[in-house]
Amino acid sequence: MLGEGMLKGLAETAKNFAGSFVSKERLTTVQYPEERIAPIENTRDFPFLVYDGDDAMAGLRCVACQICEKECPPKCIYIVKSTDKKPDFVGKMQIYPARFDIDISVCMSCQICVEVCPFEAIKMDTEFELSTTDRFGGLLYDREQLSRSNEHYHKIHPTEAAEVDARLAEEKAKAEAKAKAAAEAAAAKAAAAPAPKEAPAKEPGA
Amino acid sequence: MATALKSYRPPVIEPSEEGDELLEVAMGPHHPSTHGVFRMDVALDGERVIRLKPVFGYLHRNHEKIAETASYLAAMPYTDRLDYFCSLTNNWAYALAVEKLAGIEVPERAEYIRVITAELTRVQNHASAIGFLLQEMGASGTPLMYAFREREKILDLFEELTGSRMMCNYMRFGGCRVELPKGWLERVRTLVDGLPKFLDETEALLTGNEILMARTQGVGVLKPDLAVNAGVTGPMLRAAGVNYDIRKVDHYGIYDRFKFRVPLGDHGDIYDRYMIRVLEARESIEILKQALKDVPAGPIMDPKSKIRGFRPKAGEAYGRIEAPKGELGFYLISDGTGNPYRYRVRPPSLINLTVLEDMCLGQNVADVVLIFGSVDIVLGEVDR
Amino acid sequence: MKTAEEIVAAIKLALPDAKVEAVLNPSPSAQHSLRVVPGDAVAVAGFLREDPQLGLDYCSNATGVDWPDKEITEKVKTTKVVDGVETVVEETVKRVEPGYLEAVYHLFSMKHGPTDPAGPVVLRMRTINRSDQVELPSLTPVWRSAEFQEREIFDLFGIVFTGHPDLRRILMWDGFEDHPMRRDYVDPDDYEYEPTAHDEVLKRAAEQKAHAGVEA
Repeated sequence: MLGEGMLKGLAETAKNFAGSFVSKERLTTVQYPEERIAPIENTRDFPFLVYDGDDAMAGLRCVACQICEKECPPKCIYIVKSTDKKPDFVGKMQIYPARFDIDISVCMSCQICVEVCPFEAIKMDTEFELSTTDRFGGLLYDREQLSRSNEHYHKIHPTEAAEVDARLAEEKAKAEAKAKAAAEAAAAKAAAAPAPKEAPAKEPGA
Repeated sequence: MATALKSYRPPVIEPSEEGDELLEVAMGPHHPSTHGVFRMDVALDGERVIRLKPVFGYLHRNHEKIAETASYLAAMPYTDRLDYFCSLTNNWAYALAVEKLAGIEVPERAEYIRVITAELTRVQNHASAIGFLLQEMGASGTPLMYAFREREKILDLFEELTGSRMMCNYMRFGGCRVELPKGWLERVRTLVDGLPKFLDETEALLTGNEILMARTQGVGVLKPDLAVNAGVTGPMLRAAGVNYDIRKVDHYGIYDRFKFRVPLGDHGDIYDRYMIRVLEARESIEILKQALKDVPAGPIMDPKSKIRGFRPKAGEAYGRIEAPKGELGFYLISDGTGNPYRYRVRPPSLINLTVLEDMCLGQNVADVVLIFGSVDIVLGEVDR
Repeated sequence: MKTAEEIVAAIKLALPDAKVEAVLNPSPSAQHSLRVVPGDAVAVAGFLREDPQLGLDYCSNATGVDWPDKEITEKVKTTKVVDGVETVVEETVKRVEPGYLEAVYHLFSMKHGPTDPAGPVVLRMRTINRSDQVELPSLTPVWRSAEFQEREIFDLFGIVFTGHPDLRRILMWDGFEDHPMRRDYVDPDDYEYEPTAHDEVLKRAAEQKAHAGVEA
C-alpha cells in the first residue's frame, strides 16, 4: 500500500507522544533552571585548592611545587612561590604559594593538574554557573577565591575524598612510624655512646 | 610508464543552454545545515549544480602546532576537541599512535574498557548522524531528538567514568586514566540491553518511509574505485561496496576476540549510507554484548608508563583506528624530547570531503545538503 | 612483500633509473620509509599503485615536515703552520647544514587488505631548501586523496606542488602570508583576543590602558 512506511512512522511518533504523558522514559525534558538533574558524582568543572582545618591560608595543602603550572595544557595557572616558610596543617614548615591564579576562561577542565599534583592539593569542583559581568578580571580566580575546605571536597566528591583522606592518613602514619624508628635509633645510639668513651681512657693506663 | 594512469578527476558538467549565466551561491558559513562553519561555493544552472567547491578553515585552531609546544600528555585534552562528538575514539587513536612510537604495552582490562567506550561512542555517533541527516531532509528534529535521548544516557555513563560528558580525556599512554566506578558495568549492560529497542524504533520510523526512500535512493552515488582512490573511509566507503574496516584489517586492540560483521552497501547512495550506519550500530551492540561478558580484573595502566616526563625515543610512527567517521590516524615524529617534533592528525572528515564535488555535480541543489549530511563530517576534525 | 628493502628492489626492477632508498626508523614502530627523488616521484607512485603485488591504491595520509637549518659545531683536524712548524691542530668549525621541507605519504592497500605486520608504506620527498626552491611534484594524479592534503601542505608549510589541479590555500584565508606550521613562524601580535592577565600581557595591558587614558 502506498504510504505504509509513513503510517508506520506516524504510529511510532504517536506512541512517543502519548507515552510522554504517562512514562518518565518518554519525557526526558527537564525544566532547567527551575528543575535540576541530580549531579553525577565524578563530574569535573574547574579546579579548586583544598585546605584542611578552618583557616584557608594556614591549611592550604599546596606547596607551590609548580608541577601543575608546567603540565597545564593551555597554561592557565600562574604561581608565585613565597620567600618564607610557614607551618602547614600538621606543623611542618613549608613554602606556600604567594600567588595562585587560575584563569578559568582559559581552563579547559582537563584535570591534568589534579592528576600530576603529588600533594593532593588541587581538585576539581562541580560549579559551572560562573558567568560574570566583569569581562577582564571576573574570570581570573586568585588564591582566596580558589580555596575550598576539605569538608566541601567531601560533600561534592565523597568517594574520591574518602580515598584521598585514607591515602594521606596512610602517608602520615608511615612518616610518623619512620620518625619514631629514627628517634628510637638515635636514642639507642645516644645510649650506646658513653661506653666507647670509657674504653680508650682505660687503654693507655693498661 | 607507457600507459597513462587512470585519473579520477571530477566530471565536467555542461550547462543546459550555451551562454546562460550561472547563478553563484555561497552556501554557508552561517547555515543551519552545514554541520558547523562550512561553506560551499556552488554555481547553479537553474536547479542543477554545475560547479561546487568546498571552503573551510573557519574553525582552524592549529592544533598541530599547539601539540608541538605542549608535551605528549598535554596534547591529549586537545584531541578531545577534534571530532567533538566522539572524544573517546580520538583519545584512543592518539594513545595508540604514541604506544606504537614508544613500544608500550596495554593491559587487558584497559583494552576491554577501550573497546566498550569506543563502541558506545560509535552507537551514539551513528544515531546522531542519522538524526542530523533527517533534520536536513526536513524532519525537523524528531529522529534527532530520539537519538539524543539515547545519547544522553551514554553521555551520562561517560560522565560517571571520566568526569565529563564530551571532553573525556580518558585514555593514557599504556591504558586508561582511572578505574571504573562501582556498578558502572552493570549500568552499561542495562543500557546495551535497551539499545536494540531504540534502533528498532528508529528503523520503524525511518527505513520504510517513502519520502526518505524517494529523496535518498539513487542520489549522491559514489563509485567504489573513486572512493578508494580518493581515500574515503568509514561508512561512506563501505556503503560504496568496498570491504575495508580497520578493526578487521589492522587487528588493533582486542577486536580479534569479538565476532562482528561488516555491512556493505550495493549502490553507494545516501540510502545505503543511512542503512550502513544503522547496521553498524547493531554490530556495535553485538561487540558490546560480547565485551561486557568478560571484562577481566587487573591493572588499567601499564605499570612502567610515566605520566609526567614522558620522553619516547627518536623515531616516528603512524597509528590509526576505525573512528565512527572513518580512518582517524595520528602521525608522530619524536626527537627524543618531551614534545613531539611533528604531530599530524589524519582527519577522516577532511578526506571524505574530497568527493563531495563528484557526488553533487549534476544533482539538484536541494540534494546538495542531503549529500553533504550523508558524508557526516565534524568541522572540528576538518579544520583542526 | 612488505619490507622496505623488498619494495625498493621491486621498484628498481620496474624502473631501473629511479633513485629510491630505504630510510630506517629507529623507534619500536619499525615503520621504515622510502625516500624518493622528486624527479622520479610520479613514476614510482604510479608503479606502487598499479603493481599487482603491491597494489597500494589508498593514500591514507599526506603531510609535510619542516626541518630547519641546523648549526653544527664540529672539531676538525687541519694542518696549520704554527711557529714555522706544520702541526695538526684541532679546530672547532661551525657550519650550517641546510634545512629542507619534506612531504611524507602513508600508503596502504585496500585491494590486499590486512598486512602482517600491519603498517603503511611510507614515501618521502625532500625539497632542495626552505626558501626559494620549494617545488615538489604533486601526487594527486596518482591518488586523489592527496588533493586536499597537498593544498594543506602548501598552505601551512609552503611546498609548491607542480601539477596539482587547484593549488590554493585551504585552511588559512586567501590573503594570508607566511606559512604557519614552519618552525620559525612568529605569529603577529595583532590579535584581538582576551589576554590572560599576568606577566608580559599584564604589562602590555597596563601600557595600553595608560595610553588610552592619555588619549581620552
